Amino acid sequence: MANKNNEALKQPIWVNNPVVVQILGICSALAVTAQLKPAIVMGLSVTVIVAMSNVIISLLRNTIPNRIRIIVQLVVVAALVTIVSEILKAFAYDVSVQLSVYIGLIITNCILMGRLEAFAMQNGPAASFMDGIGNGLGYAAILVVVAFVRELLGSGKLLGFQVIPQWCYDHGYMNNGLMIMPPMALILVGCIIWFHRSKNKDLQEK
Amino acid sequence: MATKKFKCKVCGYVHEGNEAPEKCPLCGAPKSEFEEIVEGGAAPKKKGLDTSSNAYTIIYAAVMVILVAFLLVFVSSTLKERQTANVINDTKAQILASLNIKDQADVASAYQNAVKADMLMQADGSLVPYEGEFCTGYSSEYDAGRLHVFQAEVDGQTKYVIPMNGLGLWGVIWGYIALDEDRQTVYGVYFSHASETPGLGGEIAAPLFQSRFPGKIVTSDGQVALQVLKFGKADKTSAYQIDGVTGATITSTGVNNMINKVLTSYLPFLNGACCAQQCCNEDGCEEEQNVESIED
Repeated sequence: MANKNNEALKQPIWVNNPVVVQILGICSALAVTAQLKPAIVMGLSVTVIVAMSNVIISLLRNTIPNRIRIIVQLVVVAALVTIVSEILKAFAYDVSVQLSVYIGLIITNCILMGRLEAFAMQNGPAASFMDGIGNGLGYAAILVVVAFVRELLGSGKLLGFQVIPQWCYDHGYMNNGLMIMPPMALILVGCIIWFHRSKNKDLQEK
Repeated sequence: MATKKFKCKVCGYVHEGNEAPEKCPLCGAPKSEFEEIVEGGAAPKKKGLDTSSNAYTIIYAAVMVILVAFLLVFVSSTLKERQTANVINDTKAQILASLNIKDQADVASAYQNAVKADMLMQADGSLVPYEGEFCTGYSSEYDAGRLHVFQAEVDGQTKYVIPMNGLGLWGVIWGYIALDEDRQTVYGVYFSHASETPGLGGEIAAPLFQSRFPGKIVTSDGQVALQVLKFGKADKTSAYQIDGVTGATITSTGVNNMINKVLTSYLPFLNGACCAQQCCNEDGCEEEQNVESIED
């Protein structure tokens, strides 16, 4: 059982990553990765929400009427997202302004419904919790990598601090404005998928 | 004889026969994923509840919705106070940004230092102190005819800040324009938006666009003359024209319309700079007072 929980946690972080293997949650991965800070907050919010909704659905799984199970899942997710959004507004206002609609869009993040329907409906709370944490972290990891590259090359900063010295700019270095635009995030995710497939041969299509 | 039934645990496919199939024809799950369905009294339901009955479904949904509703109301009401404080702080930070006071750690005290009074403009252009609570939504204040003017002091000089609201391409845009004591020269501006395209219309919130405003003149011949034009169309030597944002013509036009609409309402105030000082010493004011006392 412990082994199974371990698997549920580890698998989605790299081998079965929700973003690069299942191609879920791409929309928000493009939108919030221009800077590192919102990407980290988004990754953590999704992790918390997937884990919590997984546990709740897993606890309820035997009582949920089969015909309205998707609605029940949606209500649970929507309630959690609303609560997280309210908490952010109260304690991290800047971040909530920056994430604006994307917090609300967590509800429609395919990772959530995917995990609830595919995992939490069949497994116990402990395994579901691990699965949620694993998928959330897998999602967060991709966001952080993309945001790291985009913020570094796009604005020469990391977490808002200037890291590329003025000296470089004086000698003709320029920030890559394209990095700030959403298409670049797609290309970066593409590069990560490329790298991922080259490491995991069994995923390659023949 | 009755055949046994086997149900696939993965997809729910039910197979009839004497033993489970090697592979599920629907989802391809192996034999081990099948479990036998024992019918009749041999398999009493775990909970004694039929989770697929209509009554159960309806009650379940109703209870769930009520519980969630109470939970959300509770969260919202406990955090309300903090959220309002944040919004007020944010509004103050925006007003300060129009006065070129940016990135303050302690917004509340910086605001107190810089902004001396929250005033309302009267029909004749004079200002009276605003008595109510600090507002955060100036769109509704504008619609209600309460025209706010913030009197501020920066480096010993009086500045006036006027809140503005308008429409961009996708949603609302808003901003604050700070004027020098002559009520004509732009000292600084701040713009923000709800949902303009990032990198295009969203650039109205960026320093590059806002840096084009300071030093421009607001009115000419008693009319609003400040204009935001399509990028490249503005006459660089003009004191009234400002280049819009490249590739965001509709948002730039929105900014232009917003400035025009709001400042037109404020014309009595903007044009009143010359006589504002003397007004109260002259007969006009006394006459008004006389009229009032007669009415009393």
